[in-house]
Amino acid sequence: MSFLSRAPAPAWPLAAPADDGPGNPWFSWRYVHDNADEILSALQFHVGLTARAVIIAMIVALPLAVVSYWWRPLTGPILALSGILYTIPSLALLALLAPAVGTTTDTAVLIALVLYALLVLVRNALAGLTQVPPEVRDAAAGMGYGRFGRLWRIELPLALPGILTGLRLATVSTVALVTVGALIGRGGLGDMILGGFRNNFYKAEIMTGTILCVGLALVLDLLLAGLGRVLTPWTRERKL
Amino acid sequence: MNYLQEGFVWLNDPLNWTNPGGLLDRLAEHLIVCAWAVLLGCVVAWPLGIWLGHRGRGGGGVVVLANLTLAIPTLAMLTILPLTPLGFGKPPVVVALAVFAVPPLLANAYTGLRQIDPETKDAARGMGLSGGQLLRRVELPLSVPYLAAGLRTAAVQVVATAGLAAFVNGGGLGEIILAGFGIGISNGGAGQIVAGGIVVALVALLVEALLAGVQRLVTPPPLRTGRRARPTAAAPAG
Repeated sequence: MSFLSRAPAPAWPLAAPADDGPGNPWFSWRYVHDNADEILSALQFHVGLTARAVIIAMIVALPLAVVSYWWRPLTGPILALSGILYTIPSLALLALLAPAVGTTTDTAVLIALVLYALLVLVRNALAGLTQVPPEVRDAAAGMGYGRFGRLWRIELPLALPGILTGLRLATVSTVALVTVGALIGRGGLGDMILGGFRNNFYKAEIMTGTILCVGLALVLDLLLAGLGRVLTPWTRERKL
Repeated sequence: MNYLQEGFVWLNDPLNWTNPGGLLDRLAEHLIVCAWAVLLGCVVAWPLGIWLGHRGRGGGGVVVLANLTLAIPTLAMLTILPLTPLGFGKPPVVVALAVFAVPPLLANAYTGLRQIDPETKDAARGMGLSGGQLLRRVELPLSVPYLAAGLRTAAVQVVATAGLAAFVNGGGLGEIILAGFGIGISNGGAGQIVAGGIVVALVALLVEALLAGVQRLVTPPPLRTGRRARPTAAAPAG
């Protein structure tokens, strides 16, 4: 099965850009209009894959951060390991994963995305946890909080700004990284970018995919920033 | 793992290394493109970052720029640039990679100059140094560790991202993986895909280790104790 054949196989059918005037324009409203369904489903896939990757990474990263916060000797190895993972190129990671888990599903892409989001999340959550002032921790212990109670009621809420910063960074970079998945099969908006390139360099398709991708990253970033403002009202008051 | 074995079998064949278009050719191509991209990034980012840091302005702009580049998919940059007057081949790849090298270089140059103790600068001014002299004799030497950290982040990112260039006919180590995909995963291409992946990952890790050593060498001993300059905007290696 040669799913990456450079020859034909246009993933996205052309919709006669004849009415856009001569040549191959960078922006074509007609293309967007005629292919609304495909564009929407690509966008949907992109959002879905991003959400799944970030949520899974979050579920893995928070316990890791807490574990390395409780047992300091673990901090070094956990950060070093995720740092090494971060250095490995996405293409190499996909090349190692694709033959093992197959390319008909998006599992390989999902695993790669989770691994990359992990480092940002762990690092920021850990930074947020370690900057909780020792007096606060002592006071909580003095009030009779156990390890878990302290973590849940005091340390995690105080680390929330750091965790949210990590979440925002991870989300934005994941949106951009999903496109690389197009190289091994499915990449949401990346399919449009690469599809347009293979499809006789159809510029309108490439630009639509790119703009939607950047726009999606900005929208998600703003949403998370808003969520952060709602969840951490005390940081607003401190600034006044 | 079966695929891993196939990968090593592929790597064990000397012909796969020395053939025209083999690993050695691709490696040279890869490193040359990366060197040009990093050089271009440095030429653009360092003067700008140093000037902004010297003047003490534009910090917000640097942060916005760094965050915005995170959102641009590498693949989009690599696909769009060949369609501009740059044409196909190496030049658009170099420019696209340089775009991703600029934010870490710029941000680190800016922080490098901003983190200098104001009292040090006051003392230098009190000794009668002019603005240019202050920059040359005090600020630049003190920010060398930060400049090195930025260079390291940028270089590793570029080396890692350059693998994608193959998909827009830009050459480099990605070609090995791409060729493996062309054969087809079930027809024996898998070994080559895995081998290419291993080589690309190793090259990125080697460059990271090498530059980490360089960064350590240029950092004055008193500054070395664990306080490594954190890269301000490191995107996952595209």
